[in-house]
Amino acid sequence: MNNQLLWTAFWTILVKEVRRFTRIWVQTLLPPAITMTLYFIIFGNLIGSRIGEMGGFGYMEYIAPGLIMMSVITNSYGNVVSSFFGTKFQRHVEELLVAPVPNWVILAGFVFGGVARGLAVGLIVTLLSLFFTKLHVHHLLITISTVFLTAVVFSLGGFINAIYANSFDDISIVPTFILTPLTYLGGVFYSISLLPGFWQGVSQLNPILYMVNSFRYGILGVSDIHIGIAFTMILIFIGLLTAFSLHLLNTGKGIRS
Amino acid sequence: MTVALAIDQLRKTYGNGFEALKGISLEVQEGDFFALLGPNGAGKSTTLGIVSSLVNKSSGRVSIFGHDLETDIARAKMQLGVVPQEFNFNNFEKVLDIVVTQAGYYGIPRRQGLERAEFYLKKLGLWDKRNVSARMLSGGMKRRLMIARALVHEPRMLILDEPTAGVDIELRRSMWSFLREINSKGTTIILTTHYLEEAESLCRNIAIIDRGEIIQNTSMRSLLQKLNTETFILDLQSDVEQLPALNGYRPRLTAPRTLEVEVDKEQGLNNLFAQLEASGLKVVSMRNKANRLEELFVSLVDKNLNQEPA
Repeated sequence: MNNQLLWTAFWTILVKEVRRFTRIWVQTLLPPAITMTLYFIIFGNLIGSRIGEMGGFGYMEYIAPGLIMMSVITNSYGNVVSSFFGTKFQRHVEELLVAPVPNWVILAGFVFGGVARGLAVGLIVTLLSLFFTKLHVHHLLITISTVFLTAVVFSLGGFINAIYANSFDDISIVPTFILTPLTYLGGVFYSISLLPGFWQGVSQLNPILYMVNSFRYGILGVSDIHIGIAFTMILIFIGLLTAFSLHLLNTGKGIRS
Repeated sequence: MTVALAIDQLRKTYGNGFEALKGISLEVQEGDFFALLGPNGAGKSTTLGIVSSLVNKSSGRVSIFGHDLETDIARAKMQLGVVPQEFNFNNFEKVLDIVVTQAGYYGIPRRQGLERAEFYLKKLGLWDKRNVSARMLSGGMKRRLMIARALVHEPRMLILDEPTAGVDIELRRSMWSFLREINSKGTTIILTTHYLEEAESLCRNIAIIDRGEIIQNTSMRSLLQKLNTETFILDLQSDVEQLPALNGYRPRLTAPRTLEVEVDKEQGLNNLFAQLEASGLKVVSMRNKANRLEELFVSLVDKNLNQEPA
């Protein structure tokens, strides 16, 4: 296929993905808006006012970037895992397999679909956060590149989960038992400098810590982690997950007998 | 003549050790209407699955219009449209979106995809349903939707796996007529079906696969010429208590007014009717017990079953 045909195939998958999550917006765009509003009210307004400052900022201002990232992470992951598993489950993945769409285009289409939902929800949560606090973007390029690359990482994660999943239970296990704990322990609600030395070391094994702190640096200019290390980590994750996803597609794991 | 599909020494062993294909080789010429028949579990779907890139082969080669499915996969896939046995579209999408999206997967821009979708949906009587969610369609409409989807990129070869399963007779006949029409315009068609009447009526060439091996690969005409015996069912005017003596024939009374007679090819029917007349039996009507291809199919598969596995 020439570049024009490849672009058309990629765009077709992406449009289909965006159409899917906007068609069911009550399940995809509304819940994070409600959940994050509750976080802002309860943790930011009611409890946050008693906590005082963190990292030199009001608590609400400090957690806002973390909450935006949390919604981007869960939604980019959730979009791809449910969409690609549904594609497998209903067998319409066969529409793609019989067509001359290279595996990397299939992967890119689904990943960018996940990124689109992650960014859409991130934007909604950002707009909601402005009702509760003021956000001054400290470094626009770092802010945008972090949120974009993080959405790519978790879309790839969702894709791999969907390939291995054989039931609807399998697509909820990773988000419930791995993603949510890592997100909560990834510095969304606190600075790891509050932790004892040992737990600070353990926290640094959590990849989400790097993403949340990089994004917080972009917005507030403060971070527990060096930004260069954070970006290196994110890019390494993207490289590894992309290679693994393509390997799974090339071998037909879960989609070809 | 161009070879539309070439399969060479194709083998498939599944993860559980089951050997579904034992090195089959097959050629389908361009413009052919080809039947691939076989009992359940014989290897038909595995063969078509490999050709459609839905199943990984263990070894062997497949090429479509000269494009190797391994080394020139994009060009090979461009030539092929697939109508699977099971419904495999997103039930929550609209009919038009399903067809246009499939066009996009073949690199066809949306505007052109819309034009082609309109043409094929109209051709298959689904244009009125274009904005309906696919789950709202009847079984026959869903089958026609899959045909429209498979044709939207205008492939040179179309594979249909049980296209008329569960479809009523009227719709089946209209699908036959549509398939004949696209075949006459040059599209090579490969068909699997359990309705042997369908294969006999539509197809010019045939392969029969059983236990992972091709046991027949010839033209429909020469295969039917191999049929040595036919069984006829005769409906009699009145009850018969005793089986009449019909010299040279093998009669069987299945009901008081129903006689089944096996007739060898060289025997003909004149002598049979003369003997029935002489016995005072009046025949009201007569029909074949099974269609001709069905009798042959059963005899070939039975013969293969009785052979010692290699």
